[in-house]
Amino acid sequence: MTAIATPPPRSVQPHRLLCALRWGVSDTLTIARRTILSYTRIPEALFFSTVQPIMFVLLFIYVFGGSIHIPGFSYVNYLMPGIFVQTVAFGSVNTSIGLAEDLQKGLIERFRALPMARSAVLAGRTTADLCRNVLTVIIITAVGLIVGFRPTAGAFSYAAGILLILLFAYALSWGFAVIGLSAPNSEVAQVISFPLLFPLTFASSAFVPVHNLPGWLQGFATYQPVSVTVSACRALMLGGPTATWVLQSLAWSVGLLAVLTPLAVHRYRTRT
Amino acid sequence: MPHAIEVESLEKTFGGKHEVHALDGVSLVVEEGTVFGLLGPNGSGKTTTVRILTTIIKPDAGVARVLDHDVVRDASLVRSRIGLAGQYAAVDENLTGKENIQMVGHLNHLPRRTVNTRATELLQQFGLAEAANRTVKTYSGGMRRRLDLAAALVGRPPVLFLDEPTTGLDPQSRNDLWEVIEGLVGEGTTVLLTTQYLEEADRLASTLAVVDRGHVIAEGTPATLKAQMGTTVLEVGLPSIETAATTARLLEDLGPHTPVVNGTVVEVTVDNGPEAAMTGLRSLDAHAVVPTTFTLREPSLDDVFLALTGRRTEDEEAVGLLPTGPSGTGVLPADRPVGAGEPR
Repeated sequence: MTAIATPPPRSVQPHRLLCALRWGVSDTLTIARRTILSYTRIPEALFFSTVQPIMFVLLFIYVFGGSIHIPGFSYVNYLMPGIFVQTVAFGSVNTSIGLAEDLQKGLIERFRALPMARSAVLAGRTTADLCRNVLTVIIITAVGLIVGFRPTAGAFSYAAGILLILLFAYALSWGFAVIGLSAPNSEVAQVISFPLLFPLTFASSAFVPVHNLPGWLQGFATYQPVSVTVSACRALMLGGPTATWVLQSLAWSVGLLAVLTPLAVHRYRTRT
Repeated sequence: MPHAIEVESLEKTFGGKHEVHALDGVSLVVEEGTVFGLLGPNGSGKTTTVRILTTIIKPDAGVARVLDHDVVRDASLVRSRIGLAGQYAAVDENLTGKENIQMVGHLNHLPRRTVNTRATELLQQFGLAEAANRTVKTYSGGMRRRLDLAAALVGRPPVLFLDEPTTGLDPQSRNDLWEVIEGLVGEGTTVLLTTQYLEEADRLASTLAVVDRGHVIAEGTPATLKAQMGTTVLEVGLPSIETAATTARLLEDLGPHTPVVNGTVVEVTVDNGPEAAMTGLRSLDAHAVVPTTFTLREPSLDDVFLALTGRRTEDEEAVGLLPTGPSGTGVLPADRPVGAGEPR
């Protein structure tokens, strides 16, 4: 009978780790799938990621565009990278609203009592947001081409710009996850999110050149993450010196992820 | 019989502006294959106990074990052996009934094929087969609860936690759900149920614990608890507060407990309803007291509480309500119907 008490061979350890990893990925995909299915059934959410960017493109090009002159650029070309970043930034509000709703409705409680990977609730949600953003950038690219956006720097460079935007959006998702996990309900989550987004997207180089802004705002507007990412995309999509902006944008995204991911996980673990 | 759930001196305090001692030394034991009812008013600590046992939150002190696994140290083992259905019906409104069950099945790490057959089975069993492919948004309250319970059962958990499973449901849906729960117990599932309804606890549970302010204040079978407090409540409505006081004195000898005056209504818990009714009526008649109403009813949680603690369940402020002695003056303005909110 002593055979039964024999400890499992050492090789079990990596196996168990592999198993945990496998379930972590599987659970993340389950949550992501569920979140995406939800999106497709909430018309408001779909509206935000499809119709809204189209409206912004039309608004800026045909209403404001005539009064904005950018030396060396057609305004459509100047604007489109800004629209990309603004749209994915606004879209990340969905992360905070969705998580706050899950908390409110008791779904998170259910998840916590299931034998699923702890990390999957947040990872799944942000993965779903990433998928939504892929759809968003495809739509914006199409709309842009229709209204006269002509990226000149080549397909490879364009794709690099898109990846930079998606990475930035992914980092923002984790930030808004922190808000969603801290807010008492989804309404408050929404109310907190927009005042954060407005200065980031509008006090930036997304729609107008920073040197047209008042002096006290220029420092913030040049180096804040939205502007840096927009500038990097402009360089990647339209040509020009790329290295500095791309590095700065990468630094922001990676830095934000390094701070916000553990913060969100901590909020998730401690929220009662 | 082996124990499915063991709880020893559990304590939990929630911080914040107003510190709340949610649990102040709760101990209980649930035998395998039985239904255990945790009975208590809102805020008594029922839900906190369930949240600790289901590994959602950690206790400040004390030990809790489910199927011999410690809920803190072996949380993941516990999670794979339990099911939880809560009072808030934690289902995703934007998914269909089927998608909800499948999601929980996948998160329980069941094989894909099992998930699909279990989903079909459960939807059938819970009368949701026709609504299976509709989003939960279109479901009624009763359907949501049934789906919530179905999702909790997808992994065939040997231990099931039901946190106020029927709160807020209409009588028909409540009855349907009770039948489903009774069916589960027949299959050998251990159930820990929390409820505010004595009727529910009485019907489903083989053992009851009454909790109040984070303590277990009474424990036993529904029969022993009822015996402690009388099985029937005799409720007499009088035309005036004065006649109510007289009536309370007249009915004093009827039951194990003293009559309680609540405005113009006198309540007394008795062991033998019909006999007490006849004696009571004779006595009232002899003193020329004419009641406006005269009813026998099942005791509610409110009555249990009154019998055990001398307080009503929602009485934090209603200190004026005292059991009346011979010269009883324990009168409360009759602004609240007796036993309001309890199912009859």
